[in-house]
Amino acid sequence: MSTLCAAAVVLALLPLGFILFYIVSRGISALNPAFFTKLPKPSGETGGGMANAIVGTLKLIGLASAASVPAGIGAGIYISEFPGSRTSTLVRFCADVLNGVPSIVVGIVAYGLVVLPMKRFSAIAGAVALAIMMVPIITRSTEELLRLVPVSLREGALALGASRARAVWSVVLPSALPGIITGVLIAVARIAGETAPLLFTSFNNQFWAPGLDQPTASLTVQIYNYAISPYDDWHRQAWAGALVLVAIVLAFSMLARVATRRLERMNVG
Amino acid sequence: MTRVAKILVVAAAALFGAVSAGAQTIQLNGAGSTFGTPIYTKWFSEYNKIHPNVQINYQSIGSGGGIQQVTAHTVDFGASDGPMTPEQMAKAPGIMHFPTVLGGVVPMYNIPGVNVDLRFTGPVLANIYLGRITKWNDPAIAKLNPGVKFPALPIAVVHRADGSGTTYIWADYLSRVSPEWKTKVGVSTSLKWPVGVGGKGSEGVSGQVRQQPGAIGYVELIYALQNHIAYGFVQNADGKFLKATLGGVTAAAAAAARKMPADFRVSIVNAPGPDAYPIASFTWLLVYRHPSDAVRGKIMKDFLHWMLGDGQKYCADLGYAPLPREVIRMEEAAVDKLQQ
Amino acid sequence: MARTRRRIPWSDAGFRAATGLAAFLVVGIAVVIGLELFRNSRVPIHEFGWKFWTNKDWDPVNGEFGAYTFIWGTLYSSLIALLLGAPVALGIAIFIVEVGPLRLRRGLGFLTDLLAAVPSIVYGLWGIFVLVPLVRKVETAIAGSRLSNLPIFSGPPYGIGMLAAGIILAIMIVPYISSVAREVLRAVPQSQREAAYALGATKWETIRIVVRYGRSGILGAVFLGLGRALGETMAVTMVIGNSPQISASLFAPQYTMAAVIANEFTEATGDLYLQSLIEIGLVLFAITLAINVLSRFLIWSVSRERRPRPRATPARLPEPA
Repeated sequence: MSTLCAAAVVLALLPLGFILFYIVSRGISALNPAFFTKLPKPSGETGGGMANAIVGTLKLIGLASAASVPAGIGAGIYISEFPGSRTSTLVRFCADVLNGVPSIVVGIVAYGLVVLPMKRFSAIAGAVALAIMMVPIITRSTEELLRLVPVSLREGALALGASRARAVWSVVLPSALPGIITGVLIAVARIAGETAPLLFTSFNNQFWAPGLDQPTASLTVQIYNYAISPYDDWHRQAWAGALVLVAIVLAFSMLARVATRRLERMNVG
Repeated sequence: MTRVAKILVVAAAALFGAVSAGAQTIQLNGAGSTFGTPIYTKWFSEYNKIHPNVQINYQSIGSGGGIQQVTAHTVDFGASDGPMTPEQMAKAPGIMHFPTVLGGVVPMYNIPGVNVDLRFTGPVLANIYLGRITKWNDPAIAKLNPGVKFPALPIAVVHRADGSGTTYIWADYLSRVSPEWKTKVGVSTSLKWPVGVGGKGSEGVSGQVRQQPGAIGYVELIYALQNHIAYGFVQNADGKFLKATLGGVTAAAAAAARKMPADFRVSIVNAPGPDAYPIASFTWLLVYRHPSDAVRGKIMKDFLHWMLGDGQKYCADLGYAPLPREVIRMEEAAVDKLQQ
Repeated sequence: MARTRRRIPWSDAGFRAATGLAAFLVVGIAVVIGLELFRNSRVPIHEFGWKFWTNKDWDPVNGEFGAYTFIWGTLYSSLIALLLGAPVALGIAIFIVEVGPLRLRRGLGFLTDLLAAVPSIVYGLWGIFVLVPLVRKVETAIAGSRLSNLPIFSGPPYGIGMLAAGIILAIMIVPYISSVAREVLRAVPQSQREAAYALGATKWETIRIVVRYGRSGILGAVFLGLGRALGETMAVTMVIGNSPQISASLFAPQYTMAAVIANEFTEATGDLYLQSLIEIGLVLFAITLAINVLSRFLIWSVSRERRPRPRATPARLPEPA
């Protein structure tokens, strides 16, 4: 029986190894300085790179975080500070619902809410779609972590005469901060790899996209376009893009794990 | 905390600011046909070299997408290889069609062991796509290609999954040569395909055919050329078997050029003439007659004039036929009418 | 150094209002999603009504739209994913929590979770270039053998199709099922295991008891994976063949709800077409919502059972949810 379980582990790790091997081996061969600095070339021409896609992805992540982090943390604070109320239960339920919405559906909604009224595809629309996906993750993790803060800490602050807001802001939040950051990092890792919601919100762009109201290239959409093309050079670049993307996502996930580990150690002590 | 915050703010400003270099840069956005993507992206890149502050961003999402997005006014122009239908034009008043180049759609295939260019007739192609001919060693195919040894491989039919003008041209052709196709499937950018696998974009179809033994697909000539994939002869209305060439495509347009309607919406599929390649078509840019942004409209006008002049020189290298002279003259007059 | 402190007027009401606004935003987003989907499906709802769910046609030329083929494709591919992925995920969870050597546990958990970090587009990329040729080889072998007479192995061996999609989905949902199953197994009180040992059970009999104790949570974990599989878009659309047909064959190219939306959304011409796609989004939303709520309920019920039930109690109100 334990061999069966061990076999299951191997079976799951095999594709992982496979995928990572392919990404690294095929991606590295196409990674060169041009990849990071040049813009895409016209159809069929070799050379060119994904510079605008990399910047575009970082830009979308930044915008989405700017929108979702305050909202998510605020909602998380609310649920943990007023736990019994019906509103809190409702908010928790809605956060769980949002966590399960397929990203393509979020894309449709963002198209209707942002792209159509603005009459253009834009980085804002893409960021809205990504932010919708980040908010529930941040909300739930903030709530969980604030609950972990010992009640005595909060009560101590209140006993010293602080108002509720002051107690949370100056005492509870700082002690839960590493965990909250972890939650944000997890949310970022989740959306950094998303393609579907960007297909009809931020669209794509062969050039740099200054400002916020232009279609924006992103790593994920660019990889998609290159992967289904018939050009070998584009396939190679798609693998390189995949390598960069996985590196970005892994970097955020690792950071999150390190922060969690540190938090666990802090709270145990 | 404040130091970290300061660093973050600076980084954000750098990110957003740095890529706003060149404050006068203006970007136009277009979307649509994958049929025209190679020449369009080439044109926009060359135009950008001449006018560095003008960036025209083109995304190949299929002709259906071009029509849809230009109707919804989310892009500055669209591109399609199937002219808009009257119903579509009713929803998008004020859109003009401008032919850009001529191209041909070719049947491409991947049969292990067969290295010659195969001959197809319209009815045979229709029957393959209707699912009536299912194996490569079918007598109907063998009869057209004596001397070729076909494996008993099932035909893996590949079509476009997305709404496509290339599909429109292909279906237009099949409808004219196969009454069964005409009634059963019809002509449109998106069809209810009887059989086959869907690939996304001409890129997706040619990618799929490349990887699938026994596959057959239809793509714009340039994708077959760039991909070094075999494509076949097709029998034209006069009975001759022709491989898609610039000459054949131009010959197909010859008759239409003389009778070009004022709105440029015309089909040249299965054109008469001994040298006319049967699956040929114009491809159009869809432009607003009165765009809401006057500056963008002017740029569009300038680009169209450039396209009708210098732009046509890039066609041959990419496997497209340039527009006939009569058509260019008519178009120059029509472009002048934009924004008036 | 004495610092004069400025009295910052933190009013409790303001605090409640500010955080309440954020909380309201979360609820608002969920509501807006549902409303927007509904509002933008009015045309096909009016035109087709409930027949939309059962119509097998997807015919943009003639304006006939129905979700049936996509619901089939979505459910079939998710079923394969569950059949392949759930046992593997459960095996991993058992291995990590109960069986495996202590030193390996954390590392294995990390590696399994790494599967979740790979973006779905990268799965799709790996899918078309690596998995599909492999699957094609397997399918060609099966097609040449006697098995090809079975309906689920019929049809030309494209490589692209239901089987490839099911396999990729299975790989993608393993980390989700496994991490929740791990938590569920860890939540089973140690007293259960000790009691089993005390009664003379072997290691595997104990594990069976533990799994049985946490069965609703494990079922919830499986449903969570199902919810994920239902909504997965990019990896599926690159390997499933994008062909709206209903076929029992694993070899046949088919279509899922998420894939058709991704492929046809930007180019759907006309209100009926576009809104039919949005209605498919609504159907997808409804199905994933139901599955997710069910799964949360199942997972939550495991931790609920742990609370000791009071014996002989007077009549009292039901416990708060």
